[in-house]
Amino acid sequence: MSAFDWITQLLYVAAATCFVLGLHLMNSPATARRGNQVSTAGMIIAVATTLALVAHADTVTTTGWIVMIAGALLGGGAGLYAARKVEMTAMPQLVSIFNAVGGGAAALVGIDDYVRLASGGIAESTTIFTILDVLIGAVTFSGSIIAAGKLQGLIDGSPITFPGSRAANIAAAAIAVGGGIYMIATPSVAVLIIIILAALAFGVTMVLPIGGADMPVVISLLNAFTGTAVAMAGFVIGNWALIIAGALVGASGGILTKLMADAMNRSIRNIIVGGFGTGDSGPAIAGPGGDVRSIQADDAAIQLAYAQKVIIVPGYGLAAAQAQHQVAELAALLEERGVEVSYAIHPVAGRMPGHMNVLLAEANVPYPQLKEMDEINPEFPRTDVALVIGANDVTNPAARRPGNPVSGMPILDVDHAKSIIVIKRSMGHGYAGIDNELYVDPKTSMFFSDAKSALTELTGAVKTLVG
Amino acid sequence: MTTVLLTDIVIFVLALLVGFEVISKVPATLHTPLMSAANSIHGIVLAGAMLIAVTAHDALGYILAFIACAFAAMNVVGGYVVTGRMLKMFRRSRTPVPAADTASAVTGNGQVPVTVKGGQA
Repeated sequence: MSAFDWITQLLYVAAATCFVLGLHLMNSPATARRGNQVSTAGMIIAVATTLALVAHADTVTTTGWIVMIAGALLGGGAGLYAARKVEMTAMPQLVSIFNAVGGGAAALVGIDDYVRLASGGIAESTTIFTILDVLIGAVTFSGSIIAAGKLQGLIDGSPITFPGSRAANIAAAAIAVGGGIYMIATPSVAVLIIIILAALAFGVTMVLPIGGADMPVVISLLNAFTGTAVAMAGFVIGNWALIIAGALVGASGGILTKLMADAMNRSIRNIIVGGFGTGDSGPAIAGPGGDVRSIQADDAAIQLAYAQKVIIVPGYGLAAAQAQHQVAELAALLEERGVEVSYAIHPVAGRMPGHMNVLLAEANVPYPQLKEMDEINPEFPRTDVALVIGANDVTNPAARRPGNPVSGMPILDVDHAKSIIVIKRSMGHGYAGIDNELYVDPKTSMFFSDAKSALTELTGAVKTLVG
Repeated sequence: MTTVLLTDIVIFVLALLVGFEVISKVPATLHTPLMSAANSIHGIVLAGAMLIAVTAHDALGYILAFIACAFAAMNVVGGYVVTGRMLKMFRRSRTPVPAADTASAVTGNGQVPVTVKGGQA
């Protein structure tokens, strides 16, 4: 190994160390920012080192340089623009798009390597990694685009199935795997194209039947896929930095996916195969088992303004309506009147674990007011008003009984509060597809409205009341 | 060749284990920023995309290099910027933490009065 090789390889080790340290610093909110900076430094080292390698190779044509730099500037610019402009509520779809392009790039690295070496014969050991790289990368690419489309509302968020969709999914997988095995024995660019198409089709047919509410878990899973594809690309081109970083992401994505699925009391398999919400095992959906009491802004405002203790339970509806600023304003107004306000954050509230914390942090909600489920549940019995905003299944008392789709799911004990106000657009179901018994509780009043306008009305009504 | 491959596999497995160990300690609050951080780390594929250019000498090679570089650069730049944005929000709202509970109420009021006054005027 020449001195140059030593230096570049050691720099890659330094970059990998930065990635591990960066993720480690994400353990605590106090050091999380530093973690991101350390990780960024690692990335800059890795890219600069690669640039040095490319220059040192001295085989790059002028066109090659132009193509490389133009591509990086174009992509970097697009990424920068999207990252700066995106609304915090649209974060999950942006992460999904980044997964798509990351997976796509990993697949292209494999494709390029295969096409280039196809004529000269390929050693079997690397062919396996090339095929895995291309397959996983292509599945991630198409799957992530569908996931982002569903979250953005460009594709219907409800589970989409068509006659034979399951069969198409299985067929695509079979073709991709079969073609891959064939390629190990007989190198063929034609077969490569076939397995790429099959993998793309598999990604689409895998994500389409999954409901919008399960998308966070799917995005996390695809994040892990991308990491794995990148690690495989590392095997293909013999680059440690890619292998280490890809494996780190594969592991983190895997754990996150499991954590999210656990919080919803669902198995990952269940989500992918399409459990409840797809109508396969639809539980008998009974009509509302009692009277629903609806309430107007003025009455709700009086209840809130004269309460001693209010717990706000934000959910998906709040995130979808982008009402985090409105809820923060109402809470601040109530606090000014001496009402004790806190927020109950369910682990899967919003669209991703911790997503609600990010949204409320954006609206400058003081951090100590955000309480996690285990911490807040004992406080509900001494709460005057629980204000549920666009949260459904995570508040359903039916979860405490066995024998229904939400059974065993950890819930917020909202029904233990002295009175409950639910802001919701309709009596529609959550993704579990069952009635929420909380809504027919005699202590509950329903405020049928969009979260944003409801909160604006409430704030206005409280102000009028205060004078 | 075999030794190199074996070394690569050992590195891969150890990195997986390190990933499990480091990440399983992160609190739920930070899961979204963490996902975003992990997302930007797989932007390292940019290194692979750039190395395509080294051997690209025909139209197909150039096209693959261009798309791969654009994709990977979007992943890496966007990923870090959006993670930074998220974490910045966390820090701002966390500043009042050491000042105990009484102070948090003050901060809660102190941050919004502009809006409140505007509403009353």
